[in-house]
Amino acid sequence: MAKNETQTSSVTRRQFASVAAAAAAGFLLTACGPRRLHEIPRDRLREAIKEWERDYSEKYGKAVTVSDAGPMPGVLFAMALDLSRCNGNRRCVEACVAENNQSREPEVQWIRVLSMDKDKGIDFSDADPYYEPAEVPEPGRFYVPTACQQCRNPPCTKVCPVGATWTEPDGIVVIDYDWCIGCRCCMAACPYGARHFNWGVPSIPPGELNSNIHYLGNRPRPKGVVEKCTFCIQRTRAGRYPACLEICPTGARKFGNMLDPESEIRYILENKRVVLLKQELNTMPKFFYFYGT
Amino acid sequence: MLSCAVAVWAAWLLVRDGGARVADTVRHQSVTASASPPAAAPVQLRVEVPPPPFSEGVFPCSECHNEVDLPSNPTRRQLVDAHDEIVLKHDEEHRWCLDCHDGKNRDQLHLASGEVVPFDESYRVCGQCHGEKYRDWRAGVHGRRIGHWNGAKQYLLCVHCHSPHQPKFKALAPQPAPRRPMRPDR
Amino acid sequence: MSTIWRFSRFVTASVRTVLRGNPAYWAWLALLGVLIVSGALAYADQASTGLALTAMRDQVSWGFYIGNFTFLVGVAAAAVVLVIPAYIYDWKPIREIVIFGELLALSAIIMCLLFVLVDVGRPERLWHMMPPWGHINFPSSILAWDALVLNVYFLVNFVVVTHIIYRAFYGRPYAKRIVIPLVLASIPMAIGIHTVTAFLYNGMAARPYWNSSILAPQFLASAFSSGPAILLIVLQLLRRFTRFEIQDEAIWKIAELMAYAMFLNLFLHGVEAFKEYYSNTEHLLYTRYWFQGLGDHRTLVPFAWSAVALNLTAFLLFIMPAARQNPITLNIGCLATYAGCYIEKGMGLIIPGLTPDTLGEIYQYYPSMTELRVSAGVFALGFLAFTLMLKVAVAISLGELRGEPGMNAAWAQPQPIQPATARTSTS
Repeated sequence: MAKNETQTSSVTRRQFASVAAAAAAGFLLTACGPRRLHEIPRDRLREAIKEWERDYSEKYGKAVTVSDAGPMPGVLFAMALDLSRCNGNRRCVEACVAENNQSREPEVQWIRVLSMDKDKGIDFSDADPYYEPAEVPEPGRFYVPTACQQCRNPPCTKVCPVGATWTEPDGIVVIDYDWCIGCRCCMAACPYGARHFNWGVPSIPPGELNSNIHYLGNRPRPKGVVEKCTFCIQRTRAGRYPACLEICPTGARKFGNMLDPESEIRYILENKRVVLLKQELNTMPKFFYFYGT
Repeated sequence: MLSCAVAVWAAWLLVRDGGARVADTVRHQSVTASASPPAAAPVQLRVEVPPPPFSEGVFPCSECHNEVDLPSNPTRRQLVDAHDEIVLKHDEEHRWCLDCHDGKNRDQLHLASGEVVPFDESYRVCGQCHGEKYRDWRAGVHGRRIGHWNGAKQYLLCVHCHSPHQPKFKALAPQPAPRRPMRPDR
Repeated sequence: MSTIWRFSRFVTASVRTVLRGNPAYWAWLALLGVLIVSGALAYADQASTGLALTAMRDQVSWGFYIGNFTFLVGVAAAAVVLVIPAYIYDWKPIREIVIFGELLALSAIIMCLLFVLVDVGRPERLWHMMPPWGHINFPSSILAWDALVLNVYFLVNFVVVTHIIYRAFYGRPYAKRIVIPLVLASIPMAIGIHTVTAFLYNGMAARPYWNSSILAPQFLASAFSSGPAILLIVLQLLRRFTRFEIQDEAIWKIAELMAYAMFLNLFLHGVEAFKEYYSNTEHLLYTRYWFQGLGDHRTLVPFAWSAVALNLTAFLLFIMPAARQNPITLNIGCLATYAGCYIEKGMGLIIPGLTPDTLGEIYQYYPSMTELRVSAGVFALGFLAFTLMLKVAVAISLGELRGEPGMNAAWAQPQPIQPATARTSTS
């Protein structure tokens, strides 16, 4: 009897010990290993941020701050673009590259300005992003800058196998550059050519790094991951306008909170003729092209 | 509940940012004005703008244009003695300088009603003919603004982008085109 | 414990078997070895420099690797062409060789997984797909589904094949209660893996060339008409170089089934072409790029028409019993269908789907040297796995390789791999 009891209890102890060890290991691995930024607890996020600030400051030789600003309640960001005002000068492309720490070599540009024929209207089969006249606008052409449309029904977040891209509550579709495996499924799924891949090792001249960084936005990326416009999350979550809007010399870009009835965006939606790109795909973009005149 | 919160928050912002959000306040007012008897036109509130882009040394105009040194000549003509570098391309068939510049007080502009308007409110002059653009400009939808989407914004005068004498927006030299995708073996 | 010891004997005996061979065998392995080393070196370059060494760019972000992946999923699914007659219809001539179909499926899945590995930008992060440390975006992401079903299909086939061969190694029949359910499950799974792979493309509204309901049936038709081609060639080689007896009927029946599948494949392509050309919307641009080129951009046109010619040839050769039964025309047909479907599934699916791109730009993609070398290396690895597994399987099937002493009689009567009889068996 006693022998049996000892045997039973030792088996139970052994079982318990192994289960406990497995649980502990599992906890350690999941708690300490890399986590998706999507669900990362705030304290771990702050640790990660401190690490990034240290790493980037060292690598680029200037003091870098990484913001962990969260979405503001009651805010759904949207952008509008006045097709009657854009003259294709591409200042927005450059400002975006500088603001968002895009690679200069190989060249990554989040904004692509398409030159189209006024006779044909918005027709992608006839669009030319490589125009280089002495002056813009060219006669008979109009210009459609494209970047991430921040869709409300995004095909990209649907297809990502690891959940490295998602829509934040304030409507910005973001990418976790440390979680992305670089399968480029999202790039195939995006109807707007808005996503860009780091085919090579990205490089930014050290003096040109924008040190005002947000952890979901303009952190310097590694090779082999996808990136795209984040509505300048480092600016917009601090209340500022995106860089492309501020640089635009014609004032063609407008930005604001769709949920605010007093915002420029709502004024445009209510008073102007608004067009969505590839509307039939039901992506519900939050990028509204309109005709100001 | 959410819309109440948004409304309270929007109202708080309006109160907090006073002058900078006047454009929004004006719209707000025109909404409330429609509720009251349609007697007076909505009050035109000032918009904070940077200084008007005067040519070097030309302002104040009254240094030359005063009744003593240069009496006002209201005859419509081509200027030859001064300001001849200004080629008017702004409805020049029907209008000339003194249709905007006030004949009696050259340091001001004037509206069709005769009301004088300072240079830093020149948008009111433009708005007489370009009413839709003016309304859009006040709403922040026409023209460049910088600042905060949820806070202070800086407007520009119409004339900061459109020369009042040749208002057509100047052509710009575009930044370089993106690089075409190149194969690795090229 | 004794199971582990017995299994290790099986493994060591298998290793010994693959290390024995005639000069032709070693020449073949040497060729594969060269391709594998070349591929590994090219991949090392790619891993350090980045995918810029491929010809893929933002405009055409998937290319040769994914094209090969798609084709090979089809080859893996094609094992079902043998499994259905063997197990559902219990047709003996194929019953004896169905295991080779499963070995082909295994090798094909290995190649598929390798092609995914070489295509992703951060291969060291692939574990991000595996819970609990990773996160799998299931059921929303079709790629997640694909990863799941491919691995489960691999497991199912691996368990069946290992079990059968291991049992046969010890001269014992396989356990029906293990094998039959798994094999029956592998039938819908085979359909499933290729349907899910088709859905990967099908579901993308951004790519009208792919966003067509017909894609999944067309994938299956093309897979069943081309996948078994390798098998037919291998079976003939086995007949030639080993004492394995394979009935002509088995080979002819497979070819016949492939003919029907090819008819379906051609029909589905035809209806797709009709819809594009007759409706004549802007979506026609992708099909036109493939068959006619757009303006000066005509890189793929020769491939398009070659694929059509090859597929038609294969169909005609396989549908006529006389041509099917003639070894020369049979093999020409095999090569034709394999090449035709390879071109049409690889170059003909991925690249026209992405050209012109979503913003109307035409970047003419064709693989770079790095991609060709890496792909050749992956194919060589798959063929190596297939060769080695085949060597062991054939040796065991022929009774040349046995686990128990005294059963190693080299010239024992060849016995086809047989199921257990009514009694339940234990391992």
